[in-house]
Amino acid sequence: MQFFGGSEISPSPPAPTASGNNAHMIYVFNRNGVCLLYREWNRPLHTLNQQQDHKLMFGLLFSLKSLTAKMDPTSAEKGNLGVPQLPGQGCSFHSFRTNTYKLSFMESPSGIKIILVTHPRTGDLRESLKYIYNLYVEYVVKNPIYTPGTPIRCELFNTTLDQYARSIA
Amino acid sequence: MAPVIPRSGDAIFASVERVNAELFTLTYGAIVRQLLTDLEEVEEVNKQLDQMGYNIGIRLVDEFLAKSNVSRCIDFKETAEVIAKVGFKMFLGVTASVSNWDADGTCCSIILEDNPLVDFVELPDTCQGLYYCNVLSGVIRGALEMVSMKTEVTWVRDMLRGDDAFELQVKLLKQVPEEYPYKDDE
Repeated sequence: MQFFGGSEISPSPPAPTASGNNAHMIYVFNRNGVCLLYREWNRPLHTLNQQQDHKLMFGLLFSLKSLTAKMDPTSAEKGNLGVPQLPGQGCSFHSFRTNTYKLSFMESPSGIKIILVTHPRTGDLRESLKYIYNLYVEYVVKNPIYTPGTPIRCELFNTTLDQYARSIA
Repeated sequence: MAPVIPRSGDAIFASVERVNAELFTLTYGAIVRQLLTDLEEVEEVNKQLDQMGYNIGIRLVDEFLAKSNVSRCIDFKETAEVIAKVGFKMFLGVTASVSNWDADGTCCSIILEDNPLVDFVELPDTCQGLYYCNVLSGVIRGALEMVSMKTEVTWVRDMLRGDDAFELQVKLLKQVPEEYPYKDDE
């Protein structure tokens, strides 16, 4: 095989290195269940197709939120299981951990849900999720070309997010 | 982890990037002037300003929530206070006050003594039905809709029409909790 002199120009940016990357993937949903963003950095196993995967994730969180709020031993008000709640009301769960990954979750009162899946030894990511929400505001919400409620197609947001995800401890 | 304390309107106002007040006032004035030329009917202009405000409000609410760290308000009274004290301060640099609560706490008035949109403005006789600051009512309606509250926002007093202050009446119509969006079980 012959190599010509000069650098090869690759059409896409290089993938983040596995050693520096702690985050596996990120989902951003809005209040109507539309998946605004899905990015994966390190996901060797895919079990479902994209659509089903998004629906499953959204459904899981919707049910988990409802369940954790209803099972709250400290809250005075007892709702009925299955009754929809206002976003952010009652107690809200923020992460769960298995032996292979940790899933961190944040929901704003406007219904924007940010889910970050990382390796299991990650600490509390609430501040990171808030930072990502701020990035969303700066690059997506303030972008006049973006229509609210549709999937995000903003390269600048994607690159900034990738960079930030690489720095999460 | 320490509980998150919501930031005060002054603190946020000091930390965000600000634009020259005159530029803001003059730009808004130019928009209204152009709408009047394009649409001619004062009612149409009012509706268009409200729609523009609505489009602004649905995006503004995320920025507000991200910067101010407020958590879900317990009731509508708290919501109105937060809009008047934190919201108006953060985006317009003025503090509003809330009053005239009705018996069940679903309707109140937000009063603005000072309004940067109307500096240097006088309404001519040909535009008597115009709600010059109608964009503000759209913004509040749009923002509250994104936090599951359907409201109706109308002007009660308007300084450009000879009253002594700007008064917005905000009426909560209903709270719309989120529903599971996927109807079919697949």
